[in-house]
Amino acid sequence: MSVIEATPAPVLDLRPAPGAASRGRMLAAQTRLELTLTLRRGESVLLTLIIPIGLLVFFAAVDVLPTSQAAQRSVDFLVPGVLALAVMSTAFTGQAIATGFERSYGVLKRLGASPLPRSILLAGKTLAVLAVEIVQLVLLVAVGFAVGWEPHGSAAGAGWVVLLVLLGTAAFSGLGLLMAGTLRAEATLAAANGVYLLLLLIGGVVFPLEELPGWMRVVAEGLPTAALSDGLRAVLAEGAGPGAGNLIVLAAWSVGALGLAARFFRWE
Amino acid sequence: MTEVLAVELTELVKTYRRAAGASGAGQARPRYLKAGAAQAPAGSPAPSRRGRSRGRARAAHDAHDRVPDDTTKRDEGIPPPTEVRAVDGLSLGVSAGSVTAVLGPNGAGKTTTIEICEGFRSADSGGVRVLGLHPVRDAAALRPRVGVMLQAGGMYPGARAGEMLRLIAAHHAHPLDTGALMERLGLAEVAGTPFRRLSGGQQQRLSLAMAVVGRPELVFLDEPTAGLDVQGRRDTWELIEELRLSGVTVVLTTHAMDEAERLADQVVIVNRGRVVAAGSPAELTRGGAEGQLRFRAPGGLDVARLLLALPDGTTGWENPPGHYLVQGTVDPQLLAAVTAWCASNGVLAEDLRVEQRTLEDVFLDLTGTELE
Repeated sequence: MSVIEATPAPVLDLRPAPGAASRGRMLAAQTRLELTLTLRRGESVLLTLIIPIGLLVFFAAVDVLPTSQAAQRSVDFLVPGVLALAVMSTAFTGQAIATGFERSYGVLKRLGASPLPRSILLAGKTLAVLAVEIVQLVLLVAVGFAVGWEPHGSAAGAGWVVLLVLLGTAAFSGLGLLMAGTLRAEATLAAANGVYLLLLLIGGVVFPLEELPGWMRVVAEGLPTAALSDGLRAVLAEGAGPGAGNLIVLAAWSVGALGLAARFFRWE
Repeated sequence: MTEVLAVELTELVKTYRRAAGASGAGQARPRYLKAGAAQAPAGSPAPSRRGRSRGRARAAHDAHDRVPDDTTKRDEGIPPPTEVRAVDGLSLGVSAGSVTAVLGPNGAGKTTTIEICEGFRSADSGGVRVLGLHPVRDAAALRPRVGVMLQAGGMYPGARAGEMLRLIAAHHAHPLDTGALMERLGLAEVAGTPFRRLSGGQQQRLSLAMAVVGRPELVFLDEPTAGLDVQGRRDTWELIEELRLSGVTVVLTTHAMDEAERLADQVVIVNRGRVVAAGSPAELTRGGAEGQLRFRAPGGLDVARLLLALPDGTTGWENPPGHYLVQGTVDPQLLAAVTAWCASNGVLAEDLRVEQRTLEDVFLDLTGTELE
């Protein structure tokens, strides 16, 4: 249009200059905002940091829990369980609640209209979850050492821990996204908290699975929380491998939950 | 000028229950007096505004309905009670660098149409081309080129206004300066305020900023000024005018006549999922009854007899008592005929004035609905 020249010099150059940013720039921006928002939400900090650290400190100081045969000292039993709880709280509970509300606020719909590919949106969420998990693990390990934790194991053990945490993150993220993408935000909030409490009790986090009644123990052993805490405990308390059964359970939950989430997730 | 948007929707069925009491299309035959209808009983009750306008709607509809290539051959029957055809035979074309206002009452299908263009939903039948591309299949190619303002929401509840805008800017290759854009829309002071603590108007303006920050060729604005104060409306209008001058194509929905009249090159009036009229504001207000004449006089004049003295096709009524309205081709002869009739009946017509039809009158004629 020839009118452009006649326009008084605008402060903003609104003339069209469309184009998508590079994928790297989008991923960085998305991850940074997701991480900022997670750390800004008081309830998510409570869920992901304060509760796990509190449980660790409390039960290490107050020796009320029955100790598993595998780990003689309660702190050696507790640290791997609380690490599993930390992964669950971030990848499952926190992510499900946040994503559920993003969906109900139309954030996912609006982002769907921007050049951001959905794969990068999900990658940003995953990177933010992993970053929070690193903070959690560093803090929990530090607090663990402060209350007398003595891990066993070798350099190979560190590799197993990384593998277990990654598999656990995949399984819990899949479950969290499945819930957030199919239920109303309020239902997700209630269900995610309920499941968190349930898995805290029967997931081998603070109570050994051997203490559960027989049928409940069978159910619990098939849950991702128990597989993750049991695997971490085998590596960190006994210096053994994570156990093929635990890896299989986590891998099955990962594939199943992520597959269902990919199939049923509704963006609006 | 190239066509940047071509909408040819034949059907999109929303299956939800009709609200009880919602009326089907055009029942109630209007009761109004028409020149030539000599036997109209004197002193027949003043028609309700709604009934009157629905009758006028039928006549005006024929004059105005210029839906191009309406491919729907469906009978004009009322849809079954559980289905509402949100978009039912709607076509419109938008040329590059223009502003198009889609106008219609609530539930007319404005948002549905816009969302089909944005690729959020698909029509059951019919085709839409946006910048020559398919809104769903070619979404990846379209998204950088199209800016979207949703009717509400779309922002992380905990994110600050500035963070949200910078995030969207970071998705684009050549974004506007976010600070300057926020300054421009009066958002600079709230850049650090979380979205959920922004006022409704601030949320609207942020949503507008998000639609334009990527320097798109085409923007869809769904009710960009709903809930804005005077200053907010002015800022938004100025930005839209500047977008147009910069060569950006704008498609917006609105309830506000003055907004459509001021901003739009093309107004598309939508009702019950159909385009009932399209054209420039001047074209729309010119057609049909070209004007109207109002005067005050003692109540209870015999309007039927007045109309007999006026040219065919002129209509008129008294409502409220003592206030008279004559509609038709308002020319010096009509004015003279009205005053002559008054003089011969010993009536002094006070406060007599000739009014231009506004877009609001056109809208009322076509949809039978007043805007809120």
